[in-house]
Amino acid sequence: METFSLLLQGFEVALQPINLFWALVGSVLGTAIGILPGIGPALTIALLLPVTISVAPTSAFIMFAGVLYGAMYGGSTTSILINTPGEAGSMMTALEGNKMARAGRGASALATAAIGSFVAGTIATLALTFAAPAIAEIAFYFRPADYFALTVLAFTSMAVVMGTSRVRGFISLFLGLALGLIGIDQMTGQARLTFGVPGLFDGMELAVVLVSLFAVGEILYVASRYRKNSSEIIPIRGQIWMSREDWKRSWKPWLRGASLGFPIGALPGGGSEIPTMLSYTLERKLTKHPEEFGKGAIEGVAGPEAANNAAAAGILIPLLTLGLPTSATAAVLLAAFQNYGLQPGPFLFSSNPQLVWGLIASLYVGNAMLLVLNLPLVGIWVRLLSIPAPQLYGGILVFATIGIWGVANSLVDVIAMVIIGVAGYVMRVYDFPIAPVLIGLILGPMAEQQLRTALAAGQGNPIMLVSTPLSVIFLTIAALFLLAPLLLRRLRANA
Amino acid sequence: MNLKTALLPLAMFAALATGTAQAQVNLMLPANPGGGWDSTGRQAFQAMNEAGIYTGGVNFTNKGGAGGTIGLAEFQGSQSGKPDALAVFGAITVGSIILNNSPIDLSQFRPIARLTAEYLVIAVSADSPHQSLQDLVEAVKADPGANAVGGGSAGGVDHIALALLAQAADIPVADLNYIPQASGAETVTGIVNGTLAAGISGISEFQQFAEQGRIRILGITSAERKAGLDVPTFKEAGYDVDIANWRGFLGAPGMPEDNYQTWVDRFTQMNGSEPWQKVLETQGWDQFFLSGEEFGTFIKEENERIGAILKEAGLAK
Repeated sequence: METFSLLLQGFEVALQPINLFWALVGSVLGTAIGILPGIGPALTIALLLPVTISVAPTSAFIMFAGVLYGAMYGGSTTSILINTPGEAGSMMTALEGNKMARAGRGASALATAAIGSFVAGTIATLALTFAAPAIAEIAFYFRPADYFALTVLAFTSMAVVMGTSRVRGFISLFLGLALGLIGIDQMTGQARLTFGVPGLFDGMELAVVLVSLFAVGEILYVASRYRKNSSEIIPIRGQIWMSREDWKRSWKPWLRGASLGFPIGALPGGGSEIPTMLSYTLERKLTKHPEEFGKGAIEGVAGPEAANNAAAAGILIPLLTLGLPTSATAAVLLAAFQNYGLQPGPFLFSSNPQLVWGLIASLYVGNAMLLVLNLPLVGIWVRLLSIPAPQLYGGILVFATIGIWGVANSLVDVIAMVIIGVAGYVMRVYDFPIAPVLIGLILGPMAEQQLRTALAAGQGNPIMLVSTPLSVIFLTIAALFLLAPLLLRRLRANA
Repeated sequence: MNLKTALLPLAMFAALATGTAQAQVNLMLPANPGGGWDSTGRQAFQAMNEAGIYTGGVNFTNKGGAGGTIGLAEFQGSQSGKPDALAVFGAITVGSIILNNSPIDLSQFRPIARLTAEYLVIAVSADSPHQSLQDLVEAVKADPGANAVGGGSAGGVDHIALALLAQAADIPVADLNYIPQASGAETVTGIVNGTLAAGISGISEFQQFAEQGRIRILGITSAERKAGLDVPTFKEAGYDVDIANWRGFLGAPGMPEDNYQTWVDRFTQMNGSEPWQKVLETQGWDQFFLSGEEFGTFIKEENERIGAILKEAGLAK
């Protein structure tokens, strides 16, 4: 029961007043950005990266975790009250939640979303507590060939799953891989794709690419599509609580949502969109009130919201144990670790137990904080939505630029931000997914490093790449991702 | 009012990030915050402040990348001739300048003081058949390709230490199968799962894993055995290799002579001070002090030695 004592030590860290303060800051910020459409946790954490200069690592990660969880809570409020998801994981919530609000049951919808988030978040954090150290120990035996196969799997699954078509997905991915090649090659010390600009020797800063794509690209898109009619906010009637009937209909979807969200969130390419969609479909099939679906069924809010929060905890598993980010948010968190000179992976648990366990313990604390922040105070949060869009987005653009300048005081970064930002706008207009760019950028160098290590250790023999059972399994799944839809189509055509 | 509450935290952080007050001493830290160079620079001035040697303000600038060459290039451009402009640098910078064909010439800067060193250690897996450094070297000599050795980036201090060891044992440097790893932790993973026959890294990166019984340290690059670590030096094992990952301070090119003397004196004084001893102890750094023109000669020698090794490894022309 070593885990228990480690977790207790983690609580000692998380409950220090300074860390409680940062957890609160993170939760408040997270809820706010979750509520505001167009700003996600990944962007927020990227903009907060400059604080890593002046805040101790443990405190910073506790704050970031608050942002991550808080965004999941906040997103549901916007979905329910104005039918615009505040972040991608809340898309499904809007379907039933907004209908409930229109039918005067907004209070119940908000309550089941917040309590469901709390329940699922706590279950998923428990799972994380016990699964992570075990997986970290297994990760120790991962060989370069296994890592390479795992990154190939992440690449194909991201490119296939994200976005409207595979061609778009792969183009995005290869853009990211190309960006990842910029800089001095670690294995030979030679500069690649730097065009003689010393500012590029260390490669593209992830925060720059991320802020460019999400903040600049997205804001240009919003501005180009701006119409002056603001969405109507549905006022909430009565107290935010649930009836006995609501509880009865909510608890099973919460548990099912949590058990879908956590493992899928932990998979490469899983993210929070897929588990919420699956959860919605599942609840729709299992419900005793099929007639209510599409008109405001509480199960359709409870399940996806639980799945959403559990997935947020799930992404921390591969990140902390393997150093493998499976979503944009995880990729930024990885960048934050690297800013501190920390390398997430199996060793993080033994070299920085205080940080890891403090972070995990803070997830429990943050969850409780968020429940309090979101249930009674939801009326205050809703007012954020009355900020006029031009000022809001204009302000974000200014802060994004200051933030990028603040990270490295580099003009090259700011110029890169403008170029990539415009590229991001074009991608957004033509429906190219953003996530594969980030995954390519961050995992590309890792894939290359592991590939070359595997080949060098095997003295150039390519059989090395399929020399372990795990590498064969990962590569097979990757091939299935790529080929299965084609095969299915052919089978269907023949039938 | 709502707009304000939403954006205030962002503004606060932006301000934190961009604005440190202007001060009269400018210190370039050519690395990202949190690393060894960053803490060397900040801790040295902290110690000077506590010891009352220099208590004025310091303007720290972090500018990481390419072994410090990017930060130093900027430093040279903006601070040349300034009276109180200093920069942190180290052994890695010497190799990086050669590797990246950087226009920086270290002899143009004023050598103020070398402060600390971290020695390198070579380790094998706990269940490896190699019990001594000689065992390992003989195995590598017999089949360099099959005995891959991992460490930091190509041309870095780890790589150079291994190349020096190979030279001392008459193994052609170009035959070594050296595989650069992203971090010390990854090198340890590679050693433990058998991908690498051995790994070489700074002692601080390896010591905790040796204590956990995952790896076995076979040798250290210091001139004498290190207290608290029961490991023979390379020299004891019969290989005449003596190298350290050292860190020190440079003055801006063209720093006025008076100011240069003042800074050499201040660092000499700090080196003997109580607060600095405490820093060395808590950080686990080894004292490796050398100041003024002697330090300048040392830099020149390192430059020649490292340049020759990089050429032999085929990494530089």
